[in-house]
Amino acid sequence: MLRWLQGSAWDQVPHLRRLWLYLVAFLVMFVLVVPSLVVIPMSFSASRYLEFPPSGYSLDWYRALFGSSTWMSAIRTSLTVAALTVLVATPAGTLAAYVIILARPRAATLMQGALLGPILVPIIMIGVGLFYVYARMGLLNSVTGLVLAHSMLALPLVMVTVLAGFRTCDMNQEMVARSLGASRPVAFLTVTVPQIKRSILTAMLLSFLVSLDEVIIALFISGGDRSTITRLMFNSLRDEIDPVIAAISTLLILISIISVLIIHLLSTARSAREKT
Amino acid sequence: MAQTAPPSPNPHSAEAFAQGAASEQERPNRDRLKRAALREGVSVSVLSVPALLLVFFGLILPCGWLLLLSFVGADGSLSWENYQRMIDSPSYYRIFVTTFQISLLTTLICVALGYPLAYVITLLPKSLVALALLAVLLPFWTSMLVRTYAWLVILQNNGVINSMLIRNGIIDAPIALVHNFTGTLIGTAHIMLPFLVLPLYNAMRSIDRGLILAAANLGASPTVRFWTVYFPLTLPGLIAGALLVFVLSLGFYITPAILGGGRVIMAAMRIQSSVALYANWGAASAIAAVLLLATIVFLLISLWLSRHVFGSRGR
Repeated sequence: MLRWLQGSAWDQVPHLRRLWLYLVAFLVMFVLVVPSLVVIPMSFSASRYLEFPPSGYSLDWYRALFGSSTWMSAIRTSLTVAALTVLVATPAGTLAAYVIILARPRAATLMQGALLGPILVPIIMIGVGLFYVYARMGLLNSVTGLVLAHSMLALPLVMVTVLAGFRTCDMNQEMVARSLGASRPVAFLTVTVPQIKRSILTAMLLSFLVSLDEVIIALFISGGDRSTITRLMFNSLRDEIDPVIAAISTLLILISIISVLIIHLLSTARSAREKT
Repeated sequence: MAQTAPPSPNPHSAEAFAQGAASEQERPNRDRLKRAALREGVSVSVLSVPALLLVFFGLILPCGWLLLLSFVGADGSLSWENYQRMIDSPSYYRIFVTTFQISLLTTLICVALGYPLAYVITLLPKSLVALALLAVLLPFWTSMLVRTYAWLVILQNNGVINSMLIRNGIIDAPIALVHNFTGTLIGTAHIMLPFLVLPLYNAMRSIDRGLILAAANLGASPTVRFWTVYFPLTLPGLIAGALLVFVLSLGFYITPAILGGGRVIMAAMRIQSSVALYANWGAASAIAAVLLLATIVFLLISLWLSRHVFGSRGR
């Protein structure tokens, strides 16, 4: 580290003369990461009231969380919806990416544009629109309705991630397999998919997170005993601060940290493999 | 420039092969090859049906319906009254001004904080780059609701910042940091920052470092070579990221709704209350239509800039 500081960056400016800039960047990273982490000590607080740092520690709020039938049913709903979203969005997005990689440039651009729609349209509009449409189709407060909406939201991420995977492998190998007699599905599943399995795994994790963390659509189209975690959290955040929120937030942060680390390991494993 | 270039036919497609062969000499199996290419194209395209159905059912149908509703008046006939009301009523004007202010300030804060961060990440040794990127990706993939809740804990009257300042005797009474404009801005900027840093870092990484070294070699000082060589090269990435942040902020709901404490009303919140409290679909859909229009306009500006202004200079 010291040796590095005495050298220069790639742009020929000595690191020591740039310390102020590094300090600024470090502060920005601090502000990005640390604020979310305050909920972790809060969730172990013994007090009902907000104190930081907490004067005493307890597991009361986790007990309250796991003892509440409302919260447990929300956790079940959210996890079910997230798992089903992975099962719908990953194949749909992967196949779409496959079509894009094989299509001619103009068709590919068009299709990519259409599939990026869900992240570009204001999500509040999608939420209100779905509320209107679902009310007429009897899909309000249903797992099916949530899965359809969340799969649509996850689609762009799956497509972009898997497309990046396809770009790293040679699609002609599939042609070779087919000319040797394999059918298209067999060639795809046995030749191409093993090469992009890391991208697919990343896409699965991302769609899981998208569904688990989605708030606005769930706010409009879920309710009753089909409420998601995020819907319950949002409603209780607006009214008063229930320390149970700190407990559920800690669990969500844990899920995010684990997922991001896995995604990170998958991507570094890929770049390491490419180098060899 | 992909848009203006003629579509280059895929040299591997059977159709291109058929065309090439036909121009050399008439081949008896030309039609057969053409049919095979068509069959191949159709059988591949069919695979995109599930994804397109999802987008149609979950995006185009609801948003299209909403757009239609915006032209339906209270009595059920076609009318402009939902848009007319937006122009006439000062409360709508205030909402759009607030939305614009928050979005603009968020974008400026994100640029001010995100640019140095993205730049420093390019300077770090390889082992630290991964760590720094994790610091950006982790908040990116942490629930917005959790991050908003955390800011509530930090900023409120008996929260982390106020109690720390009071304990150290810097202030006597808590400062109002949340349930107001300031709190909304802090929370929104925190959520949006990764949306700027990630594309900007990617753009910076693809810059040819030899250009800056050449400037150094020719005697330009670090300041001069940054502002005259490096910074202009990062502009496309910076503007793309900034426009993305701006567009996302325009339609943002969660954080302003919680950290604004009802005092900061943005367009998305008005849409929600129109539907949930007043069941006024016409009003809600008209605001949504304006929001969508603004989003499309800014995205088109971004696309145009990257294609024509920066694209042509890059070549």
